[in-house]
Amino acid sequence: MRAVITVVGHDTVGIIAGISGELSKNNVNILDISQSVLQDLFAMVMLVDISKCKISFTELSRQIASKGAEMGVKIHVMHEDIFTSMHRV
Amino acid sequence: MLNTFDILETIKMIDEEHLDIRTVTMGISLRDCASDSVPKVADKVYDKICRRAEKLVKTCDDIANEYGIPIINKRVSVTPISFLCDSVDTDDVLPIAVKMQRAAETVGINFIGGFSALVHKGYTTGDRRLIAAIPQALAETECVCSSVNVATTRAGINMDAVEEMGKVIKETAFLTRDNDSIGCAKLVVFANTPEDNPFMAGAFHGFGEAECAINVGVSGPGVVLSAIERAGKCSFSELAEIIKRTAFKITRMGQLAATEASRRLGAEFGIVDLSLAPTPAKGDSVAKILEAMGLEVVGTHGTTAALALLNDAVKKGGVMASSHVGGLSGAFIPVSEDAGMIEAAASGALCLDKLEAMTSVCSVGLDMIAIPGDTPASTISAIIADEIAIGTINNKTTAVRIIPVYGKNEGDSVCYGGLLGEAPIMPVHKASAEAFIARRGRIPAPIHSQRN
Repeated sequence: MRAVITVVGHDTVGIIAGISGELSKNNVNILDISQSVLQDLFAMVMLVDISKCKISFTELSRQIASKGAEMGVKIHVMHEDIFTSMHRV
Repeated sequence: MLNTFDILETIKMIDEEHLDIRTVTMGISLRDCASDSVPKVADKVYDKICRRAEKLVKTCDDIANEYGIPIINKRVSVTPISFLCDSVDTDDVLPIAVKMQRAAETVGINFIGGFSALVHKGYTTGDRRLIAAIPQALAETECVCSSVNVATTRAGINMDAVEEMGKVIKETAFLTRDNDSIGCAKLVVFANTPEDNPFMAGAFHGFGEAECAINVGVSGPGVVLSAIERAGKCSFSELAEIIKRTAFKITRMGQLAATEASRRLGAEFGIVDLSLAPTPAKGDSVAKILEAMGLEVVGTHGTTAALALLNDAVKKGGVMASSHVGGLSGAFIPVSEDAGMIEAAASGALCLDKLEAMTSVCSVGLDMIAIPGDTPASTISAIIADEIAIGTINNKTTAVRIIPVYGKNEGDSVCYGGLLGEAPIMPVHKASAEAFIARRGRIPAPIHSQRN
């Protein structure tokens, strides 16, 4: 199962490091990353494979969201299908 | 890799524009719950609902977590209870409603629909017993919703039922007078009622439905509003395109949730209801969409045309996004549940007559409208008759959910809180329709019902 992690907030040092640290701790593999910084606003989209994740989806989502809160950015972890079904015919 | 713009668009829709799944409603057949004693029927109904819907709330919460889409309401609809009232050995069927309430509490849902009867052509004994029990049932329960279908395009209008429902609404208002007659917010009178509607208070699980089905209602007035505001000045053709594209995306989300929920719960996938259902929250208003199209205030001239465009474009966009479309499908215009409608009604810009005209081009009908508590039952019946005639003649669903608020008059307002919102008391015509309603009998089916 693949999930999309999105991070939106003010750019600061260590956002990617912080999140990828959480992911590797839980055995989540990062498949792709794209990021952009528009006038200080940081937006990152990460595609990850969570099929071997050590914890449940809900728990992973909660841990990453609290990591985001520490860094002052907003993070969503969502199943990939929501985006494919909404934006692809 | 998915397009970053698309991903951020979805997140913005959910975070800032109130996009959500308004309801996942599990339809449950109660056709195996008949018995000759009311307590036995009530127990069977309770057991069946609890067994079937045991995992409904947990499953929906899981889906909401995984996909990141809020699922606001988890609900159950059941086979119209009137058919279980035919074979029992007493006239008092209230205990069935009480047990439905208990079942709703046990499984953790906020509404259960189906304390209903279909009497568009005539009454059975069970229909009479059920309708007689409606006021008390709505007063003694919180979650139980009731609906009565009084007309279809094929059968015409049962004016006996229209006359009776005026009285039932008045009595319900009286019995729930301590809570601003809130019982009436759980009672809908229909023409051409759909059998797979996921929305309360009119939801029930029709006789042609499967043993257990999942019906989903999506919602996103805020998303459509933002898209129209972003587009700025554009032609009607472009406006329709924008609404269609937005409705497509909203509905795809509903289709995904419905497919997932039905798979995980072992139920049939029923339908997705292509709806724009407002809430009292700021930015989640259908009225504001109409105003964004260029109307100074909803209710002014042009409102019906704007709503017609919106309703049609929502259906066109949504219909391709879902494998099965049903329910009410279209834009809802409840007064108390829509911040823009509340403002317009309070300022006097939106009146009952304009709302009636609007219902001829959108789904549902006169919805969540508070009127003076001293309105005669015959006037309420006449309001129902007008609305039901629109549905019957135009081969569409129409409905009336009207609240004659006990002890309140024009100029007052009521506040129900939560999704039911607040409503100014709207004036009704003072001239009587009593002699018209007293005629009784049936208004014959329209000529275009003869399609065979």
